[in-house]
Amino acid sequence: MEMMFQPKQEEEKMSNEGVIYRISGPVVTATGMNAAMYDVVRVGHEGLMGEVIELHGDKAVIQVYEDTSGIRPGEPVLNTEETLSVALGPGLLTQIYDGIQRPLATLEEVMGVFITRGVDADAFDMKKVWTFEPKVAKGDTVVSGQVIGHVQETETIVHKIMVPPGKGGVVKSVESGDFNVTQTVCVLEDGTELQMMQKWPVRTPRPYTQKYAPDTPLVTGMRILDFLFPLAKGGAAGIPGPFGSGKTVTQQSLAKYSDAQLVVYIGCGERGNEMTEVLDEFPHLIDPNTGKPLMNRTVMIANTSNMPVAAREASVYTGITIAEYFRDMGYDVALMADSTSRWAEAMREISSRLEEMPGEEGYPAYLSSRIAEFYERAGRVETLNGDDGSVTVIGAVSPPGGDISEPVSQGTLRIVKVFWGLDAGLARQRHFPAINWLNSYSLYPQSLDQWFRDNIAQDFPEIRTQISGLLQVEAELQEIVQLVGSDALPVDQQLTLEVARMIREFFLQQNGFDPVDAYCDIKLQYEMAKAILSFQDAAKSAMADGAMLNDVVNVPARSNLMRGRFEQGYLERIEAMVKEMTEQIANAVEAN
Amino acid sequence: MTGKEYRTITDVKGPLVFLNKTEPVAFGEIVTLRLSNGEIKNGQVLDTSDDLVIVQVFEGTAKIDREAGVTFMGDVFKLPVSTDLVGRILDGAGRPRDGGPEIVAEEKADIIGAAINPYSRQSPHDFIQTGISAIDCCTTLVRGQKLPIFSASGLPHNDIALQIARQAKLKDSDEEFIVVFCAMGITAEEYNFFRSDLERTGALENAVLFVNLADDPAVERIITPRLALTAAEYLAFEKDYHVLVIYTDMTNYCDALRQIGAAREEVPGRRGYPGYMYTDLAMLYERAGIVKGKKGSITQFPILTMPGDDITHPIPDLSGYITEGQIVISRELHQQGIYPPINVLPSLSRLMGSCIGEKTTRDDHKKVSDQMYAAYAQGRELRGLVAIVGEDALNERDKQLLDFSGVFEDKFLRQSRDEDRTIDETLNLCWELMSSIDTKYLVRLDEELISKYHPENRK
Repeated sequence: MEMMFQPKQEEEKMSNEGVIYRISGPVVTATGMNAAMYDVVRVGHEGLMGEVIELHGDKAVIQVYEDTSGIRPGEPVLNTEETLSVALGPGLLTQIYDGIQRPLATLEEVMGVFITRGVDADAFDMKKVWTFEPKVAKGDTVVSGQVIGHVQETETIVHKIMVPPGKGGVVKSVESGDFNVTQTVCVLEDGTELQMMQKWPVRTPRPYTQKYAPDTPLVTGMRILDFLFPLAKGGAAGIPGPFGSGKTVTQQSLAKYSDAQLVVYIGCGERGNEMTEVLDEFPHLIDPNTGKPLMNRTVMIANTSNMPVAAREASVYTGITIAEYFRDMGYDVALMADSTSRWAEAMREISSRLEEMPGEEGYPAYLSSRIAEFYERAGRVETLNGDDGSVTVIGAVSPPGGDISEPVSQGTLRIVKVFWGLDAGLARQRHFPAINWLNSYSLYPQSLDQWFRDNIAQDFPEIRTQISGLLQVEAELQEIVQLVGSDALPVDQQLTLEVARMIREFFLQQNGFDPVDAYCDIKLQYEMAKAILSFQDAAKSAMADGAMLNDVVNVPARSNLMRGRFEQGYLERIEAMVKEMTEQIANAVEAN
Repeated sequence: MTGKEYRTITDVKGPLVFLNKTEPVAFGEIVTLRLSNGEIKNGQVLDTSDDLVIVQVFEGTAKIDREAGVTFMGDVFKLPVSTDLVGRILDGAGRPRDGGPEIVAEEKADIIGAAINPYSRQSPHDFIQTGISAIDCCTTLVRGQKLPIFSASGLPHNDIALQIARQAKLKDSDEEFIVVFCAMGITAEEYNFFRSDLERTGALENAVLFVNLADDPAVERIITPRLALTAAEYLAFEKDYHVLVIYTDMTNYCDALRQIGAAREEVPGRRGYPGYMYTDLAMLYERAGIVKGKKGSITQFPILTMPGDDITHPIPDLSGYITEGQIVISRELHQQGIYPPINVLPSLSRLMGSCIGEKTTRDDHKKVSDQMYAAYAQGRELRGLVAIVGEDALNERDKQLLDFSGVFEDKFLRQSRDEDRTIDETLNLCWELMSSIDTKYLVRLDEELISKYHPENRK
């Protein structure tokens, strides 16, 4: 032991090997090592993975991605001189990773059911052979990002092999056939060898040619989202909500049903059993857009709350880099991060270990800029190869006590254009999805309305305005009802309340566990909204002719219409059902 | 391996001792301090470097001076585990408290515990019948779940926890739970209450108790739940037992955490609690569950008292984000003399969906539970309206719902401390009570269930 304890020698030649000077939880300080910011290092005799996050003269401060108990000052630190990177190539899809891209299945094989430390694992099978189908020929000039070949990775996804950013030239030779990801498939005139796998540092956004304004909605199949508060492909949305309000259920529904071609799902600092549920469920779910298993288009990252906090900090970067990689192939990718608050807390924890001057509520002063940088990696872009791809980011936020005046919610709201506010009160009333229609917003309708007009119906935006207008009026009327009871209102206002109730119960509420209702086609959403307005018009005119509100509301065809949404083939039948309802309402006049 | 003794203490502050000029000391290493009066204290390394080592002393720093000898034990904190633990009472640092012999270790387990690989977990799905209607019907407990009781001072959370410990069983099974009980800073009176109840029912033979009382060192509370969970993990995953861990009171635990944070001059988060409290709590709560290939399971019942009955206080708030639901105890119901005073409205079991239904409980469970909940919620809301406009202003439906909310509390919630209702009894009771509401207002029940279970149709 005496041997290991060496006094510092300032004049000692700097190398990529240093020694540990101090350990405080996940933060380790090393001396005598040549290091640059964000270099990945191996800490201690066990070679725990860490990343340099601060330099003070000769001292390098390292955040370690694994538990540091039992590590001593004097143990070696080795600088790999690489930055924290992810491996990108065929084999990514269907994987489940921890925060630093180690596959959980491999970790189970190596360490058993408990995650211990000091184990390295390849991000995917380096030996697995894929069939590479070249898309370029000898003598072609290729540039950064250009697709040189295809690999059919899963049933639904073609993995496009691209020239890594920064490389390019004239193709000297290109292979065709079966290769593993580390074998060379293409050689350029300058001697550059290209493999199917490339690496990319997670903290650096992958390059693209230019960003476009989003103009296509990400269709989620959830009525309140698509119809009232649409999100664009390439946009960013925040879902804040207190515990028990259904953040995770909403995120999971989005992962299941949104019409993105690929989904990256990050479980960041959340419950273990919740991730298990996703892992159990997803392989059995069918993608409504392709009819194939959902896992085929999914990459999952699960760094649960009790897994190392530094790896939690890295998990969102690992996820978004993978998302950008698929974007570069020209895919529409959706990324769900559940929950970004846990990511922010990981930053806070590490910042506090670094004894940095805190900003609001102990969070580091750079919190909001980190949040902004993260969401800014979303976008619809022209890729380096001229294709069109997008990354849509949907971040859950878990504000303490449900109070969104806290720094993480505020930092998120400043940058995202869609706010889906979850409401504990609605969740308690079992109104799901518990998204509050009064305080949620989307700033995309202007840019998306043309799409809705062209693809769904010319009057789509107008119908939306009418529906949200009715909900606003209801909120005002409810205040009066609280005081005097609904019977004291004039009948036309009572009708408005009934219509609004129909919007809430028939349209906004959606049963995520019902096989039919869980996903609602956008065309059907439009028809359902119109059905509500038809009810309003029919009821108004019938009541003007003397019908009673009660009779109008209770026509059997209306409840048939409302129940119909749980049955297959609703879209084909809804028109007839609306017709039947309006006829019965008209008859209510004669009955009177 | 025991190293040499150092007498290099420079500072003592709160529960922390600072010393220098040591050999390299491991992070998390266990430390023994020998005081000049011969007393022995234990601690753990919180921060280590070539120049300075910070030790957190479990028993408090009283009487420690600069002459105290400090020995580093060369290893992190480990608990000797064996099946002999069952039936024993240990103190907050894992030493026998019942006058019995030291535990003979079959193995020594690191008390920090490793995270369960999410990939290796198995989704919990076995219904646990607690015999308490409010829980079984509305916030159903599942084996492998972590379901805290959110209570407040002066409420009967201990009775409820004990009743659950006594009555919990799988439906149609005699398989018993091993109870691991962990006391953190509770009073001797509360502890005696727990112990004598466990003794009275014979459950003590199937229990392990870790006890840190209010007058025991506060810092020791940081390790007490870790010892309890280490024992639980051993019994569940090495010895195939189904373990029910009850720990009380998490609020005292969090306060101890805050105390250490303050002594280290850490930047505090909300209300002075450390910024890493979420991670710290997760490292306890997440040690519940079932893993692939192991027969046992760990179900957790943490009890926490909400300071000022405030559910947005950081302790219940952070807990709620980690645990799989919560059972909320209501002062209002308690004052009405209702036991168990469980307010089902803010209570929730996130795993309920996975364990109820035809195969496990009964086909009507989900819908009955939804209907009971909805009717009670509406009835409660109407109470507010009645206070303003009077009962006469209500229509027929509202009157029925208002009356139902009273019956719900009086007949459904209320039961005696040793009343053990089967799930069938509970659900039948629900139907009986709901029959006071006109069937056309029971919109969450379908025709089929009504014709099968409604008392009118069963006569």
